[in-house]
Amino acid sequence: MSKYRNSFLKEVEEKVEEGNWVKMCMQCGVCAGSCPFGPHWAHPPQEIFMMIRAGKREEVLSSDSMWMCTSCYQCIVRCPRKLPITHIMHGLATYASRLGLVPKSQPTQAFGQLFWDNLVKVGRVNELKLSLGLYFKDGFGQGVKNAMAMQSVGLGLMKAKRLNPMEFFGGHGVSDKSGFHAMLKKAQEIEDQRKKPA
Amino acid sequence: MADMKIAAYICQGCGLGERLNTAALAKVAQKEGKAALVKEHAFLCNAEGVQMIRDDIANEAVTHVVIGACSRRAKTEAFGFTDVAVMRANLREGVIWCQPDTDEAREFTQEMAEDYIRMGCAEAKKVKLAEVNPATATCRRVLVVGGGVSGMTAALEASRAGYEVVLVEKTGALGGWASKLYKRTPARSPFADPQDTPVAELTAAIEADGNIKVYLNSVTSKTAGAPGRFNVDISQESGSTVTELVGSIIQATGFSLYDANKLPELGYGKSANVVDQAGLEALAKAANGGAIKRPSDGGEVKTVVFVQCAGQRDDSGTHLAYCSGSCCLTSVKQAMYFKDANPDIDTVVVYQDLRMPGNGEDFYRSGQNKGVIFTKGKVSSVEATGNTCKVNFHDLILNDQTAIEDADLVVLATGQVPNSGTDIELLQVAEMEAVSSTTPEIEARIAGLKGASILNLQYRQGPDMPQLKYGFTDSHFICFPYETRRTGIYSAGPVRRPMDMAQAMEDATGAAMKAIQVVENASLGRAAHPRSGDLSFPSFRREGCTQCKRCTVECPFGAIDEDEQRYPVFNESRCRRCGTCMGACPVRVISFENYSVESVGQQIKAVEVPDEFSEKPRILILACENDAYPALDMAAMNRNVYSAFVRVIPVRCLGSVNTIFVTDALNSGYDGVMMMGCKHGDDYQCHFVKGSELANYRMSKVDDTLKSMGLEKERVQTFEVAITDIDRVPQLINDYAAKIQEIGMSPLKGF
Repeated sequence: MSKYRNSFLKEVEEKVEEGNWVKMCMQCGVCAGSCPFGPHWAHPPQEIFMMIRAGKREEVLSSDSMWMCTSCYQCIVRCPRKLPITHIMHGLATYASRLGLVPKSQPTQAFGQLFWDNLVKVGRVNELKLSLGLYFKDGFGQGVKNAMAMQSVGLGLMKAKRLNPMEFFGGHGVSDKSGFHAMLKKAQEIEDQRKKPA
Repeated sequence: MADMKIAAYICQGCGLGERLNTAALAKVAQKEGKAALVKEHAFLCNAEGVQMIRDDIANEAVTHVVIGACSRRAKTEAFGFTDVAVMRANLREGVIWCQPDTDEAREFTQEMAEDYIRMGCAEAKKVKLAEVNPATATCRRVLVVGGGVSGMTAALEASRAGYEVVLVEKTGALGGWASKLYKRTPARSPFADPQDTPVAELTAAIEADGNIKVYLNSVTSKTAGAPGRFNVDISQESGSTVTELVGSIIQATGFSLYDANKLPELGYGKSANVVDQAGLEALAKAANGGAIKRPSDGGEVKTVVFVQCAGQRDDSGTHLAYCSGSCCLTSVKQAMYFKDANPDIDTVVVYQDLRMPGNGEDFYRSGQNKGVIFTKGKVSSVEATGNTCKVNFHDLILNDQTAIEDADLVVLATGQVPNSGTDIELLQVAEMEAVSSTTPEIEARIAGLKGASILNLQYRQGPDMPQLKYGFTDSHFICFPYETRRTGIYSAGPVRRPMDMAQAMEDATGAAMKAIQVVENASLGRAAHPRSGDLSFPSFRREGCTQCKRCTVECPFGAIDEDEQRYPVFNESRCRRCGTCMGACPVRVISFENYSVESVGQQIKAVEVPDEFSEKPRILILACENDAYPALDMAAMNRNVYSAFVRVIPVRCLGSVNTIFVTDALNSGYDGVMMMGCKHGDDYQCHFVKGSELANYRMSKVDDTLKSMGLEKERVQTFEVAITDIDRVPQLINDYAAKIQEIGMSPLKGF
């Protein structure tokens, strides 16, 4: 792909949520300076936008920078050009994930997937299963270690009736499960319609 | 003029009555000041007080009025008597507001006030009411040199205000630079798209305007005279010359693009596909809305790269050091030529800092919206290979040495070089060299410099206007735009400073106003900016003059010529009344009716200097009335206290300070002299451009005099003071007073 051509910018505009804003960045760097995670990113938003304009497709989409966003919205509040930066970061992350370009075992991505899968099954988040899933994501041995380390917290929650161990067996969901799934299906259709592959 | 009769009025308002013994002040005015009429009043500036003064003028034949009240900068309307000479002894800002209201301070405060009354009366004896200069000139026509957008706008604005205009254009058509453009950057909301240039509209308006006389294919081959009476020879291509009488001149000669041939590293001259901004306008004009083709082979253009700051903002000294402030806008506009015709064409603007003046920010956004790529970077080289170019640059955001390959067209944003004519300083240098030895090289250089002249002024100071930085005409671009160092001649547009079309049109309007103002002032025998309305003018005592030419050389405005016997000839309407000539004159023969070596000298001598053992030193402050004196007044308004040992005399400009003031003061027993003038140098704030600089130069030579008098060099010091130095000025005074205490009292007291 040629450098400093519009091709990747156009792809981002078409496929990425709020991607049409990327060209409007004026490179002032306020987002980079405002981000509380700034020093921990490989590329702050300002750089990501410039890389998109410079046509660095692989570098951008396989970067783990946009996964570092904690949605604090500081950048959106401060951007003098009113770019929805947080949303663009999420949009880029989603797009990269759809293309399978996310760096291997990116923790934000792994947790996000876990959360989603947990949620869509019965329409409610099963907290017990979600936390167990997180403990055991790096294998059985590590999972046991994690569970032991969190033992006292878990017991405390149980004692305070904030955690029901019986939820492990199925758990409770929303009353109209099929209606919930129909809603999700419709949302997916709308999303696919909007981000129709070129 | 009838016999002199001085009347002194002491005001008791604003706390003066409580803080000062006004009866004692009245006595000083009567006994020492020899005022024939002395009155105290509880509230001098009210209707009754002013009427009292008016009645005295009418009934008592008073010719000189000394008002002991507030600063000369206050109550100017109430005390603005035009039929008598008015002195203002500054008792309010100058004394009670800058001194503490304590019992211990009372004695010093009273002494200060009494001295100011003495000074006011002493000055009165040496001044006359300025009378209208009989040598007024009343031509009200305006000459505009240059028929571009600036020139045409200036001509139309002057004409619409009711003034006749003569417009001279070198080429065969009006329009100038703008006529080479395909479109201009937008001047109207929403500032989103390029729009047509105003050339057709302006040209039609000029042709339809009976007040504007246009000379095409013509140049100004000779300009002589002064505001209100410039005689200008207009030479036409046909060979004939017409002489036009005009009252003022606007030079709107615009700019040329910096020569891109000096930028071979950016590929210019190596490939037809590397063009400057003018080159691209020509391509766009030829395409006229259609696809712009690749110059080398007529191929399709798919990628265009704009290289900003090409040969500009250069700190190596090779190219232009400054930013032209308009090329970023132009590049966005030119990128839109491509994007509007075909959005699939890639356009990249490589900039270091985008500068989008005026509503350019909206235009920038529009460019981004259309898909123009902006990248912050510095281009190192452009390689031309076949029909495409490779632009090597350092991406400053990604810190990446990178390149854009296969660019079909590269546009270099070279900057604006002013068409300001002859550099009169270089000409002076060359002429000096020619005096000692002439060689063909020097002669060719002189001829070349003279040949470049635009106005061909018949001034002894040179044929064109003085320049300041980078060859632009010297015009203070913040404080006094359009003003130049040649009274009645104003510069407008990019010849004054780099700018875009919208700014040039505003500039032209401003210059037209100045051109009108100066002819009106000249016709009434009054000074132009900054002493606008001043009726006094300089004259000299011929018998005393030694024909040294110091005045003609030092006049910042080229107002003084020489006659055959090398005596100065004052062109009063060119004169700004700064008094720099008066300060320069070694034999002190130059004076104004209301401002002279005597009028200042007598004030210096009028101050009562206590003896060596009194522990009361006296420090003279000569303060520029434009910046330093107002700063002192404002310091007093804020009740910033300063030493009671100072006596302040406002001067028109520090340039009007004659070294005799300093020697007089020291001989009279003053312990120190502070001179406060404006900042000088390239970023000068001097209202008379060179006054403070010349004063500083003169005072640098004062050390020898001090040595011969057996005095320390600290006894005379020059300070740069800005009008905003409200807190700094009292500090300067107090520090200086402390220093004088340290070196001790002057040994010259009581002689």
